[in-house]
Amino acid sequence: MGMTMTQKILAAHAGLDRVQAGQLILVSLDLVLGNDITSPVAIKEFARLGKDSVFDRDKVTMIMDHFAPNKDIKAAEQCRVCRDFCRSMDITHFYDVGQMGIEHALIPEKGLVTAGNAVIGADSHTCTYGALGSFSTGVGSTDMAFGMASGKAWFKVPSAIKVVLRGSLRKHVSGKDVILTLIGMTGVDGALYRSLEFTGEGLGSLSMDDRLCIANMAIEAGAKNGIFEVDDITLEYLRSHGAAEPVIYRADEDAVYDRTIELDLSEIEPTVAFPHLPENARTFDKIGDIPIDQVVIGSCTNGRLSDLKAAAEILRGRKCAPGVRVIIIPATQQIYLEAMELGYIRDFIEAGAAVSTPTCGPCLGGHMGILADGERAVTTTNRNFVGRMGHTGSEVYLASPATAAASALTGRITSPWEVME
Amino acid sequence: MKYTGNIIKYGDNVDTDVIIPARYLNTSDPKELASHCMEDIDKSFTGRVRSGDIIAAGTNFGCGSSREHAPIAIKASGISLVIAKSFARIFYRNAINIGLAIVECPEAAEEISEGDIVEADMDSGIIRNMTTGKEYRTEPFPEFIQKIIENGGLMQSAADGAI
Repeated sequence: MGMTMTQKILAAHAGLDRVQAGQLILVSLDLVLGNDITSPVAIKEFARLGKDSVFDRDKVTMIMDHFAPNKDIKAAEQCRVCRDFCRSMDITHFYDVGQMGIEHALIPEKGLVTAGNAVIGADSHTCTYGALGSFSTGVGSTDMAFGMASGKAWFKVPSAIKVVLRGSLRKHVSGKDVILTLIGMTGVDGALYRSLEFTGEGLGSLSMDDRLCIANMAIEAGAKNGIFEVDDITLEYLRSHGAAEPVIYRADEDAVYDRTIELDLSEIEPTVAFPHLPENARTFDKIGDIPIDQVVIGSCTNGRLSDLKAAAEILRGRKCAPGVRVIIIPATQQIYLEAMELGYIRDFIEAGAAVSTPTCGPCLGGHMGILADGERAVTTTNRNFVGRMGHTGSEVYLASPATAAASALTGRITSPWEVME
Repeated sequence: MKYTGNIIKYGDNVDTDVIIPARYLNTSDPKELASHCMEDIDKSFTGRVRSGDIIAAGTNFGCGSSREHAPIAIKASGISLVIAKSFARIFYRNAINIGLAIVECPEAAEEISEGDIVEADMDSGIIRNMTTGKEYRTEPFPEFIQKIIENGGLMQSAADGAI
């Protein structure tokens, strides 16, 4: 019986010729990641082991992005714990305010992950780097602590769902619409404990930003990881970002999948996930007139340059609707700078939007755009659970940057096709 | 190891944002986290939970964020065990790693009601609803996982030489 892409990477990192679904294995890691919320717990656990160094100071990274720039005194204390630890352990890749970006945008940009790697991160959206052809998954702080100490993590080898893509996306439709459509089909636990493996001739039409967005939300279908087959687009991205030499793992012809889902990209429409689960995906024929109070464009899902470009093309030369607060957060300093040079930031500010330094901020109801009781937001973030962006009586509608920008113009949930006809 | 307790019941997809809202993640103190546990789904939880109580819930319990603060908050609230139809995978790992007992049993999670008294024997995998008399069989964890949970988690077990 053949192996999936994920199974091949796991086997190679466990020193085994082959593995099968359900097998428990110990895996060597290429990168261990934490942020300002999960790392303090991991540092406390790490201290219990009495070790005076991490397994490899180049393979542990901490990024201060969730409540940074610090939102309050407690958040400041947590960042200090991380800062002190990284200094004492001489960690190479510690990113603080000024250098930091949202972790899952920053790590690919810095070339810290390459194809064929095995990565854990104490953040559920660590599955993002599957877009680069790596095995990458979210864990908790204890797993992070053990990973920092030993460079290892245990896993149960997952089975997989194969997602075969064909065709290409229509104008103003993006990776976000693809993944919301897919989660609408699988449900939030449809891929529980499994890999989502993306393949098919449609891959060639998806940019790396689209793939990073799609892999990012694999967790929202319950998946252990999402992974894309490596092609020329991947290799060019890795090369241009200075990533290590890629190792390409392809699924065997006779690999076994629990399920195969076929998606024709040319049929995908602008899609919105209604409160309070990402699986509540609807296309505009089923949306109606829903007034909104806030728009957020950013996050590890959709704060990349092509996301800002999509928003700028819609907002340029126009004004945000009165009474709608529009917050745009470039995901990294580099993206911020490029967006400025390309004129996107001017487009946003002239349209009446606020632009912020990189932070996860409002996505998880931390800061920079908390919702009051009864308020509605269209956001490009990844979760719309009860109270996710503020008051438990508020509502979060997940959408693409194009849909969020279109909604900013009209003050109600709006398809980009409506404003860009 | 046996747990006996009063049931507090929830539905499907109880996510980590409602178990411990992110606005409280500026601390990792278990007692402080426990004081806000379940706040966004059940404001009565912290007032009525008693030490030893058992949560029964639907599918995909603990979905969403990887925050270990979620099982920590539940455990520090006094909950001895979570029975669910299924668990989100990161929560599943985290619960074992911090020493919160969990068991997957779709039938029991469906049929057990709020306020029932339930006994769960982790060694045999038998869950007994003392209120209705009905018994459910589950696959017990391997011994080393049970040891991790009993010893208060992975790191404590390693420090104690238990694993």
